[in-house]
Amino acid sequence: MSESIDLAVIGAGPAGLAAATEAASHGLTVVLFDEQPAPGGQIYRNIESVDRVRLGEVLGEDYLKGADIAKAFRASSAEYRPGATVWRVDADGSLAWTDGTAARITTAKRVISATGALERPVPVPGWTLPGVMGAGAAQILLKTAGMVPDGPTVIAGNGPLLYLVANQLFSAGTEIAAILETTRFRDYIGAARYAFGAMKANEYLSKGNRMMQELKRKGLRVQSGTTNIRADGDGKLGTVRFTANRDEHEIEASTLLLHQGVVPNVQITRQMGAAHEWYEPQRYWRPVTDEWGATSIETLAVAGDGAGIFGAEVAAAAGQLAGLDAAHRIGKIDELDRDVKAGPLLRERNRIAGVRPLLDHLFQPTDEILRPADETLVCRCEEVTAGDIRQCVAEGATGPNQLKAYTRCGMGPCQGRMCGLTVAELIADAREKPVEEIGYYRLRPPIKPVTLGELAAMEDAAD
Amino acid sequence: MYRRITEPTAESVTIRFEGERLKVAANETVAAAILASNPGFTRTTPVSGEKRAPYCLMGTCFECLMEIDGVPNRQACMTIVADGMEVKRQSGKREMPE
Repeated sequence: MSESIDLAVIGAGPAGLAAATEAASHGLTVVLFDEQPAPGGQIYRNIESVDRVRLGEVLGEDYLKGADIAKAFRASSAEYRPGATVWRVDADGSLAWTDGTAARITTAKRVISATGALERPVPVPGWTLPGVMGAGAAQILLKTAGMVPDGPTVIAGNGPLLYLVANQLFSAGTEIAAILETTRFRDYIGAARYAFGAMKANEYLSKGNRMMQELKRKGLRVQSGTTNIRADGDGKLGTVRFTANRDEHEIEASTLLLHQGVVPNVQITRQMGAAHEWYEPQRYWRPVTDEWGATSIETLAVAGDGAGIFGAEVAAAAGQLAGLDAAHRIGKIDELDRDVKAGPLLRERNRIAGVRPLLDHLFQPTDEILRPADETLVCRCEEVTAGDIRQCVAEGATGPNQLKAYTRCGMGPCQGRMCGLTVAELIADAREKPVEEIGYYRLRPPIKPVTLGELAAMEDAAD
Repeated sequence: MYRRITEPTAESVTIRFEGERLKVAANETVAAAILASNPGFTRTTPVSGEKRAPYCLMGTCFECLMEIDGVPNRQACMTIVADGMEVKRQSGKREMPE
């Protein structure tokens, strides 16, 4: 017999924690599945065990307040299942998952996917060299292990997280050789018309401005309008090269942290075949959702950054809304109850979301990573370059799925997580068509690796 | 590659990386533990044999694949260390067991 519950929530970041807590408070049987060993997601990673004395000030208030949401979840009647990897979800509400020993099936009346975001892959020449990482990766090491890069570090790209990580690493004692902003003066001009709308969430604007000023005040080298960023070295990073003010520059570094924003993690929604839409300013795909997070699939809702990037506070509100809607659909509260509780949440969510158009237009992914130069590796798993992809399109590959047969792009262990967006951009560019028309990989389960041993143990676990 | 700025709050355990004994915090991931030991690289690729190291540390990029307790191709960033754990670099493709 497989387990049967009202609501399955996938992911223990702010959206998933809030969704599970809210739904459980209305009497639903809820199980929250999460791959990580502790609640928090990436934004509040390790929030329950972090060394507050040494790292509290470094990581800051916005991080520390994640403790409340984890605490509320712990106090709820929702069941927490850490270390559980969901590798398949079906429209009938059945989830296939594994705890690392045996695969199991749980059937839920409703599923809330709260799998959040991933750092947008930043394909620049040399980005596969040891020593080159995502800025978010360095932040995870700081939160979970109290570690910082050893040696001169360059941080390159754009977006709010870039400035946050730079400030945190500097406060933690990292030697920051330079911050290379890809943002140009004209990006500020282009984004200016969204400034008025962003005023509603004024606290975010002043926080962001403070972070950027802080770096200059600390005397760090901040270079704007940087292009042609590349990593060089023999078997590991040695030099970061770039162009600024029409001059070539180079900096010796042992760590290069790349960041150009985050994008929704669409593995589950794609595997389930939910409808997706293209979000032009940030050039990513997101599932089509309504104000409750409900998708085109009857049993599935998405809450948090997985439905479009709005950050942790909006994610928590979205989780609560999806939890309320689940309680309504399963018959625990009537529509009026749901709507009355949702009112303030929707207002607050919309207010905070008001800052996004400004950020999304100011910090756009650069042309050089959207459509990299021929020599750049796009698919890290199968080692396929942008030039290889262009060649295949010239030979007749029309879309990402056909390209798999030509190159194995997207068929390695990451299943397209690192190359999917770039591949679609390159094909669209070569065929002179909009990315929307080119589409994305058809994702099939298992969306995370599961061993034959775990599958074989499935029957025994069910008995 | 990385250095610790805090004393581990959890008790420590001992793991082996390519035979070398490492004393690490009991609650950290294999990837974090190995990065602090300055490994240079953590795998070589199946296609060209290129050296790679962890990139995302959140389970999406699969660059941190390592052999852990005899099981190849495990995500080191998603695996918590345990006392006596044997960790090796993943070299190229996994081999079919005999």
